[in-house]
Parts: sequence; C-alpha cells; structure tokens
Amino acid sequence: MTEQKHIVIIGGGPAGLQAASGLKDSGHQITIIEKESTIGGKLNSWHKLFPEFQTANDISVYLINSINNSNTEVLKQTIVTKITRENNHFKISTAQNHSLKADAILLATGFELFRAEKKEEYGYGIYKNIITSADLESSFRQNGLKDLLLGKTHPRIGFIHCVGSRDKKCGNTYCSKVCCVTGVKQAIEIKQLIPHSQVFNFYMDLRMYGQNFEELYIEAQQDYSINFIRGRVSEIAENIDGTLQIKAEDTLSGRPLKMNFDLVILLAGMENRQDYDNIMDNNIKLSRSNGFIVPINRHVRPNETTIPGIFIAGTCREPLSIQETIADAKSAASTITEWINKQSN
Amino acid sequence: MIRHFDPFVLPFIVGFTFLLTALAVLYSRWFIQLEAGSHPKILSAFFSLKTLNAIKEVFLECLIHRKIFKINPMLGYMHMSLAFGWFLLILFGKLETFIYTGRFANAIYYPIFFRFFELNPHQSALLNFFNISMDLLLLFVLSGVCLAIIKRFKSRVTGLKQTTKHTAGDRWALSTLWLIFPLRLLSESLTAAFSGNGSIITQPLGDFLGSFLPAQQLAYISWWGYSVCLGGFMAALPFSRYMHIPTEIFLIFLRNWGIFTNKKYSGVSNFELHACSRCGICIDVCPVNNESGRRTTQMVYFLRDLREKKLKHSITENCMMCGRCEQVCPVAIPLTTQRQIQRDKSMQKPFSDFSYLERISYNANEPKTEVLYFAGCMSHLTPGIRQSMIKILEASGIKYSFLDEKGPICCGRPLKLSGKTEEAQILSEKNRTLIMASGAHTLVTSCPICYKSFKEDYHLNIKILHHTEFIDQLLVKKQIAIQRSDEKIAYHDPCELGRGSAIYNQPRQIIRRVGQLVKHPDERENARCCGGSLANLSVTTSERNEIQQSVSSYLSSQPCDIIATACPMCKKSIGRFAEKPVKDIAELVASGLDESFMNEKAIKNQKYNELIFE
Amino acid sequence: MDNNDFSLSVALAAIEPSFAWCIGCGSCTATCSAAQFTEFNPRKINLLIQRGEVAAIKQELKKCMLCGKCQLICPRDVNTRKIIQNLKRIMQ
Repeated sequence: MTEQKHIVIIGGGPAGLQAASGLKDSGHQITIIEKESTIGGKLNSWHKLFPEFQTANDISVYLINSINNSNTEVLKQTIVTKITRENNHFKISTAQNHSLKADAILLATGFELFRAEKKEEYGYGIYKNIITSADLESSFRQNGLKDLLLGKTHPRIGFIHCVGSRDKKCGNTYCSKVCCVTGVKQAIEIKQLIPHSQVFNFYMDLRMYGQNFEELYIEAQQDYSINFIRGRVSEIAENIDGTLQIKAEDTLSGRPLKMNFDLVILLAGMENRQDYDNIMDNNIKLSRSNGFIVPINRHVRPNETTIPGIFIAGTCREPLSIQETIADAKSAASTITEWINKQSN
Repeated sequence: MIRHFDPFVLPFIVGFTFLLTALAVLYSRWFIQLEAGSHPKILSAFFSLKTLNAIKEVFLECLIHRKIFKINPMLGYMHMSLAFGWFLLILFGKLETFIYTGRFANAIYYPIFFRFFELNPHQSALLNFFNISMDLLLLFVLSGVCLAIIKRFKSRVTGLKQTTKHTAGDRWALSTLWLIFPLRLLSESLTAAFSGNGSIITQPLGDFLGSFLPAQQLAYISWWGYSVCLGGFMAALPFSRYMHIPTEIFLIFLRNWGIFTNKKYSGVSNFELHACSRCGICIDVCPVNNESGRRTTQMVYFLRDLREKKLKHSITENCMMCGRCEQVCPVAIPLTTQRQIQRDKSMQKPFSDFSYLERISYNANEPKTEVLYFAGCMSHLTPGIRQSMIKILEASGIKYSFLDEKGPICCGRPLKLSGKTEEAQILSEKNRTLIMASGAHTLVTSCPICYKSFKEDYHLNIKILHHTEFIDQLLVKKQIAIQRSDEKIAYHDPCELGRGSAIYNQPRQIIRRVGQLVKHPDERENARCCGGSLANLSVTTSERNEIQQSVSSYLSSQPCDIIATACPMCKKSIGRFAEKPVKDIAELVASGLDESFMNEKAIKNQKYNELIFE
Repeated sequence: MDNNDFSLSVALAAIEPSFAWCIGCGSCTATCSAAQFTEFNPRKINLLIQRGEVAAIKQELKKCMLCGKCQLICPRDVNTRKIIQNLKRIMQ
C-alpha cells in the first residue's frame, strides 16, 4: 500500500472532473483548482453535443456527481500564480494565498476559442450580425436566437468553416478537428428552430471523422436541405440594412459568388494560449506545439509531459471533442496512478 | 625648364595623366547626354546663388561628410579624415611650395614630393609652421586609414553591421590607397633621418629608423613605392568606387542647378551612378537585408551591377521601394527612381487585356457628389478601416459617395511599380473617368499606395487627400470631435505616406487628440518598412514574414497600449505578428467620436450638405 | 493525364514553389479584383499548372491587375501574385 499522495488538478472542466473521478478510489488526496466560480468548464456554455444531440448539461451533471461523495477538494475562483519544483514534489501558490504541496500535477486547463477579430476580413466585432459558434451555442442555451434575427421569418443564415484554423495568416496552420461537425450540428439546430430559414455552410473540407458524423452530414442534406458550398469566404461586407454580403468562390462550379445573409456564424477553432512559462519555474519548461502541450509520446504516453510528475489531459494538449476529452482524462488518471505507484517502489 | 625631376615621379605622372584623360572623356560624354533643356538651365544658374550653395554643399558633404556624421560619428570621422585630410594636405602643400619658391606654377608633382627635392627648406617661421602642419595633417589622414582598416574586419566599430563586398577594381584601388599615406610617412621620415627636414612626427620617427637602417637608400625605394601607389591609385580610380571623389562634386553642382534624374535615364544618371562611394550605409537600413542576411540586392549592389552592365532582373525587382536607403545616402542619389527606371526598361511589351473594364461606368442616375471616397483594394480586406471611414463621413455630414463600394478597380500602382506603366495607364484612365463622372471636388482614399498613384499619375485637377489629411481637416474645422482617452499610442509611418508623400504631421496631430503620442527611434523619415510592399516581386513568403515579425516586435516593445498606422497593408503586416492591438487612425477616430457633439450638430444643422473646404 | 505537359510547373517550381501548397479553397478567386468583372480565376490557373494543362492559361493571364489581394488572403501563403507575374513573363 503506497502512502497517500497529493494530486492537484488544474482545471475543473470535463477533463479535470473525469480525471478526479478516475482517481477518487486511488486513496490519494485530490484537489481541483478552478478559476471560474463554477465547475464544468465549457460544458456550461453548450447546449447540445454532436452527433446525437445529447444535452451538455446532462454530461456535466454526471461528471460533477461522480466526484460529489468523494474526498475531492474543489477550490473555485482560484488562480494559480506559481509552480515550483522542490526535490520530488511541486509547490503551487495561488492568488488566493494558498500554498499547496503536490506530488503530481494534472494540467487540464482546456482551450480558448480563436479570437475571431483577428480575422479582420470577416468583420467580427465590426459588423453587427456576425457571431461565433460559441456565441450561437450560448444563444441556443438561453433561447436567444430570436434576438439575433429580430423577427425575420425567412432568414438566410451562413456558417463559415475554418475560421482561425488551417490559416497561416492567422498564425494557426493546424486543423481544429471538431468545428466542421459543430457547423453541421448547429446548422441542423437552426433549421429545427426556424424551419423557413435558408442555411448555407461554406467549407474547404468537411471533416466528419467520428462515429455517426457522416450520417449527421447526410441528415443535414437530406432532412434539412442545408446547402453546402465548397469555397472559403474571402471577405464580408455590411449592407446598409445590416445584412452581410459574403464573397466566396463556389469552387465546385468554378465561379465566384456574392450572397447576402441576415446572420453569419464563424466556426472558430481551438487554441491554447496559456502562458505557462510565466507561472512555472525556469527549470520546468513544457514542450509546446502550436500552443498545445506536447506529450512525451503521442502514441503510447499521451498524458505525460516532458516534466516528470506533470501530466496533461483534454484540449490543452490538442483539439478534442467531449467524448475524446473524457476518454483522455480516464487515460490520464490511470497513468498518474501507475506513475505514483512506480515512484513509491 | 624642369627644375626638379627624378625618374621615380614617372608612375605618378602616368597615373595622373591617365586619370585626367579618363575623367575628361567620361564627363564630357555624360555632359553632352544631359536631357534637353539642361544646358540652358546650367547657363542661367551658373552665376547665381545656386552655385554658391553647391560650393557650400561640396564643402559640407564631400569634405566634412556631415550626413555620415549624423549616422555614426566614428564613420563620419573616418570618411572626413581621409577626404578633408587629403584635401588639406594638397592645399597646404601647394601653399608651402608657393611660399618657398615664390611661384604658383611648379611641376605638378613638386608639392607632393617636396621633401624629396628640398632637403632643407624650412628656414622661416612660416615655413616651419607649414612643416608642422603637413606632419599633423598626415597623422590626421593616417588615423582615418587605420579606422578604415579596422572597419574592414570589425565593422561594428563604425556602427555598420555589414560592410560592402568589393569588386576587383575596388580591391586594387583600396590597396593602393591604403598604402599611399603610410608610404608617404615612411618616405618623409627616412629622408628626415639624413636631411633633418622632418617635423614633429617625421623627424623623431626618422631618427629612430635611421639609427638601425640605411636611411638614404631605403628612402629612395620608399619614394618609388609612394609614387607607384599614388599613380596606381589614380589609374585604378575610374574602375573603382573612388570614382565618387570627383563625380560627387559634379553631381552636387548639377543637382543645385536643378538637374537630376526624374523619369528617364540621361547624362545626369551617369553622374549619379558613379557618385556612389559604396559606403555601405544603405545595406544596414534595407529591410530585405536585415533579416535574411542578403548581400546582393541592396542599392549599392544594384548600382554596381548597373555600372558594370551586369544587372539582373531578379535583383532589380527584389526591392521594397521603401526609400530607407535614399534617406541615408550621403550623396543623395535618387535611388528608388533609378530602380524604377530599370524596372521600366526591363519590362517586355504589354501583355494585358483589360477590355472587361470597358463596360463599367459611373451610374448616370447618381446625383453629383462632393467628396468621393476610394477605399482601395487592400482596405476591403481591412473592413475596420472602411467602416470607420464611413462612420466618420456620415458624422461629418458631408455629401459623399463611395466609389469602390462593390469592389475596386485597382489604382494601377502595383502594375507601375513592376515596370508595366502602359498597362497601369489603362487602369488609371478607367478610374479617372469614373472619378470625374462623380462630380466630386475632393477625392479621399484610405490607402497610401493609391494616394501616391492619384497624385502622381492620374493628373486629376481635383483635391486629393489621404484620409489622415481629411480627418485632420475635419477636426480642425470642428466638423467632428473626438473624446480623448489616456491610451498611449505609437505611430508607424507607412513608407508610401511618410517618405513617399511627406505626410508625417497630420496623423500625429490626430493621435494627440485621441490619446498620448509615444515617440520611438525609427519613425518619420527613419520609419521601418512593414515588409508588405507590393513593389517587391522576388521576396519569398518566409523572408517577408521575417521582416514583418521584426517590425512587429520592434513596435510591440515600445511603451504603448496601441500601435497606430495609416495604411491597410501596414495594418495587415504588423497586425499579423504584433502583440499589441494595431489600429488605423480612422479606427481610432471612429471609435472615439464624440456622440454628444454629433447630436448637437445634427440638431443645429438639419440639412448639413455644404462643404466647408477651401 | 498521361500526356500532359508538366514542364511549366517544373520551371515555375524553381522560381516560386508555393504554387504546390494550394488546397483549392478559392479565397483568391473570391477576393480577386478582376474576377468580379470577368471570368478570370486564379485558383483555376494554379490548378491547371499543377495538372499540366497550360494551353488555356495564356489568354487568361492578361486579365490580372497585379493588385495583390490574392496573396494577402491565401491561408497557405501561396504567393499567387508572384506566380501569375512569373507565368506572364514565361509565357509571353
């Protein structure tokens, strides 16, 4: 029987919660540090999850319940300011004057959405009727779509894929993986809310990589008459009445097009712009690639960083769906347990 | 009758004669090739203040090298000591011999080899004074030679990161030049050893050398060496960078008389090309160089290739045309003009078909407007700028029309910068027709590239303003008002607006009304080039990114909250990598518009259609 | 495609290799100044070069105004403007 160790999980989103749940029977002391006032992370702002429209809230309730009767300590509204390594453990200081001694740290800090203002051609933050997929999802959750469309009966709505992803000019060459299926999902949701709307999705490639994703795409075309145009939007202009004019090329027919829309939704990608260097000691340096934290070995050691004792789970290491995040957190939990057992022997 | 002669003076005479002949031939040829109208211009200006001004400039720039001093004092001292020192040596030498012989007309080599021919001339206080002066001047020049040698190996001593690569002709001339003065010192010292005609430096040195060396024999050999180096240098001069010594004098006179290269290559262009001393100051300031360590495309190499008739198109077109080089050139060669001329020359016949523009016309049903706004191609990709301008135009109450609202016809300048002037003219003609049809008396544009094009190539007889000039006027005439904030703003001067159009103040005046203007070293005429320039047709994407990144981090490191600029291309280039928000001046103004002022005005002037412009 | 002529793409690769990075997204054509008035299509031109079908290109190249928007918008940093500029020079 190994002595009780202290595992600190930074981030109380789905990855952090699932990891805590996976570790609760290990006998070790678990602490979750969460900077917001609630746990659940981005799940709290989502309405329905792809591909089967599960309610996000159900998942977060499940995850939160799974740690409820355990001795997991949850520190909300707490921000980590310093992590130093001392001998064989870590010392964590917070802005709320905590000083924690951790034997292992799990980074589950999640992702930030690409700030769509950086893609100036699309006019996010400049024109009125342009929102991101996150804005839309919030709107779904709060039932606010009506505010966005101001009572139009036959609105025309456009989705633009790959905003801030696969774009050297925005600084992100990688594909953010989950935005395409999000675009299809949200297009369907809009059609469900406003059956008389016309929905167009402008894409470069449609990455329907997971189980039932392609079927969702078929459903979108078949049951909801959603239009898919293969062409990356180059720029958007605002008309006097607030509608937006999109310029794209319909590459499959080889012709440039201009179209007016009442609402445009930008499928912004995931980024990890956390400044870990500012918090971590000089002798603790994470390996990053495109901002995401790089594990020692993507195939067989995906949850271990180059720093022994610091582990990663969730979207802080690469764009993942909720399903994948939860699976990744389970993997991280068992990795941590294994590692602690090895240390003790 | 030749009073003094020795065979050793022959190399010098040969070299000198060759040089004079070569210069006479070249200069008269170039002079004849001056553009029509130049010769009468010279005649009328010859006896005017312009000539006096030219003489002053020759003194300040060719001898003192004031411009180079401003760039780096060590570098300035080096050039000055060589040029001014040598000039004074010649001048004092001439005076010395005049006083000694009582005649002006001595053999040309006599003052130079004075101490060889006169073993005991310093018999009066005055002549002694000259003896000392000549020694001190020689020391002055030698300090320059030392610096020049050090500079070759450690250029940072003179503030240059890179020195110019030399041609073969340069190396011959350089070697002989560097040997001239040490050999003079040696010759005079060795002669002083046995004649005592040395002075404050040459005598002690001579005595020292004479104590263990056969001074008289060695002195003769040294004088031969001195003569050979002098002659050799002069013979090599027309084939080297040192051609600049006589040429820049002529150039300064021509320029003061109003003759310089404008649009075509003419006789004066030859003067300009050969006035380049290959000082290398243009290398460090070139944006294409600083990041990629390139040493083949800067102006100094462009001019060298052009002189040697080896200019390749890939060199001519690998230039941002930003004007930073022209800003620092000590001889004020119109560098970007020369590059443009070569681009024009190397372009093939027009290969374009813009007939699709013919069916575009200004909507005849549109009422005539007062102010025409032309966003420009790039501004459509920076809608922040475009929307801000519309907001400002609306707030001003002026009757305006947005010419390229649906999409632009390019102003034509990118074509022109590539040397395709005829094709550019087709575009400009089309735009011109549309502009005149609008009835506007003022044309406002957001893009400095278009602005320059309208001003220089369109021949419009209406007022043309960049939006910073326009906004400044609106603010001064209180047609709009801004609320000031405490934000610190650093301004990046776009190349085409700053150096290209001399608009430095209006953007700053506006910024001071919006927030606090933060100064920084590389601004105004010394502003950096954002790297986005369309004028460079060869640069690779990664090289461009390096340039953009370097400028972005320079600006981000300034103590400011916001980086401001006045060009959509600059905004895109810098904004891509900068760590602070990058905003156009129009955006700063639009977001800071004083709403209460607007409402008051709207109430006062219900039908505010008049334009209060001069 | 067995008999297509790839010599032009080989020549271009030596001058401006970025044409090979194109994913055919079409934003160059979408933003092109000339394309809003006529059938000029920079994405198609790039594609035809890669496929070795160059006969159709020559007349099309004449329509480019060299405005540079294509190069500013490209997500793969393809320097379309430089490509068209050099194609014009090669094919003239």
